[in-house]
Amino acid sequence: MPRRLSTDSPTPNPEERCRAYRRRILEISQQVTALHIAPAFSCTEIVDVVMNEFMSEAEPQDVFLMSKGHGCMILYVILAERGILSVDDLVDYCTPRGRLGAHPDFGVPGIAASTGSLGHGLSIAAGQAYAERLKGSTVRVFCVVSDGELQEGSTWEAVMTASNLALANLVVIVDNNDFSGLERMSTGHPAMYPITEKFAAFGWSVSECDGHDHQKLRRALGAADGRRPHVVVASTVKGRGVSYMENENLWHYRSPNAAEFRQALTELGNPQP
Amino acid sequence: MRNRFAETFYEIAKRDDRQCMIVADISPAGSMAKFRDEYPRRFVNTGVAEQVMIGLAAGMSQRGLRPFAYTIATFALYRPFEMIRDDLCYQNLPVTVVGIGGGVSYSTLGATHHAQEDVAIAMSVPNLRVLAPTDPLEVEAMTRWCATQEDGPVYLRLGKAGEPDLTADLEEPWKFGKVRTLRRGSSHCIVTYGVITKLALAVAQALESRGCSTSVVTVPTLRPLDRTGLIDILSSHSSVSVVEECVSRALGIEVEAMAHRAGLAGKVSKFSLKDEFIHCYGAHDEILAAHGLTVERILAELLEIV
Repeated sequence: MPRRLSTDSPTPNPEERCRAYRRRILEISQQVTALHIAPAFSCTEIVDVVMNEFMSEAEPQDVFLMSKGHGCMILYVILAERGILSVDDLVDYCTPRGRLGAHPDFGVPGIAASTGSLGHGLSIAAGQAYAERLKGSTVRVFCVVSDGELQEGSTWEAVMTASNLALANLVVIVDNNDFSGLERMSTGHPAMYPITEKFAAFGWSVSECDGHDHQKLRRALGAADGRRPHVVVASTVKGRGVSYMENENLWHYRSPNAAEFRQALTELGNPQP
Repeated sequence: MRNRFAETFYEIAKRDDRQCMIVADISPAGSMAKFRDEYPRRFVNTGVAEQVMIGLAAGMSQRGLRPFAYTIATFALYRPFEMIRDDLCYQNLPVTVVGIGGGVSYSTLGATHHAQEDVAIAMSVPNLRVLAPTDPLEVEAMTRWCATQEDGPVYLRLGKAGEPDLTADLEEPWKFGKVRTLRRGSSHCIVTYGVITKLALAVAQALESRGCSTSVVTVPTLRPLDRTGLIDILSSHSSVSVVEECVSRALGIEVEAMAHRAGLAGKVSKFSLKDEFIHCYGAHDEILAAHGLTVERILAELLEIV
């Protein structure tokens, strides 16, 4: 197995940057098949905008917590691009010599919490945000949750508590890709909708946007009113960027074969596998 | 125990602003109310919502605070069990989960409030240290230890109220991971922990009056177990009994296995709560009796052995 991945360098163009992230994730899928591609592709722009544009780099640094732990591939590639993880970490993904698994582990650089079991991350993020407020810091906590995760009762315990504590330094982004592991959320669980109004009813400030549009994400993230927790309900497409993966739940945890891989790279603007 | 815990926590937290108390809709007994009133920012009541109580504590500890999560034992350990396992134990965070009314202390409230399996469950989770104080004096020592240790999560199993101090005369203070000898005999040894120690002492007294020299040893640290201390006890007594206010898969089974491995099998008898839900309401000792834990029954069985 080569000890390298593609040498896409960071680009200031966000659309191209996100295509490069997707290509990198696909390359990993040709080494190890244990990864969630489509759930990472649905939140690629979300994580890109939050990490590359919204989080402070000055100390004390803001926190990014991936509550939908199965979306961690996008987090890993961004952390590797920033040098917080190494390319070797990506090469050794899901192998006994590495330290990155199919769900993120607290203790690994850049990982704010061990997630993977849904419904945990938002409570932890709320605790982190509350601690930062007690310490008088300006640290903000950004937390990405899945729409499926909103079915966990514990998520709503956290939604309520974050509002009771008026956690103005907590920003949550719902990766609303309309799929859980089994089915389309909106047809299987229609009572979950509308989502935004539920957060608003709990006292959050709320925004909605297209979760693949950088400009709209920026506006929605920036709409926090500074007095209470803020949620961005971002409409996304599971498997976004590769035509045969989009809205095809098969790709929740499947890796492409060689031909599918070549096609995906071509669609993502790189004909050279 | 409840009040001593609150008093001790208040004294520590007054001087250490990392100390926080997260409760889930439990009335703040004794000094807990004082802490809430004087330091409202460090006291959070999540309401009837135990999962977020644990998750919040996990996040706070990751950012440098030292939270205690506190409510009735069943709601502290069972309801948010996966949060304790994943958020606290898997991430190995220094958070103390305090379970009030461990065992069947809430004797009139029925099995929904009986933490009759708590120690057995807590002993099985990696990274979780399990403490069950013998008396209010140990509650004080353990609370101080929990507040200052940095190594990982703790389940602190408390009784309720009115427990007597039983360790006041011991020369050595409580030490994490060590058994304590309350009474030294030569023939039989009763090994126990927590509130039921009082009953164990009564059994020992009765055995002694019938000519059987009896030790009583408490195991306030259930995890990690003091294996050396327990093997010493097994080696130095002709028989050992384990008396515990928990279902059978907690300390008794560990001591029995230890004896087996050490070539001392056959020495150990076990007295625990029944492995069943009982539909019985009354005083604490009446519920213990319904589970077969009375001085008379234990004494009668031990007299057959010793």
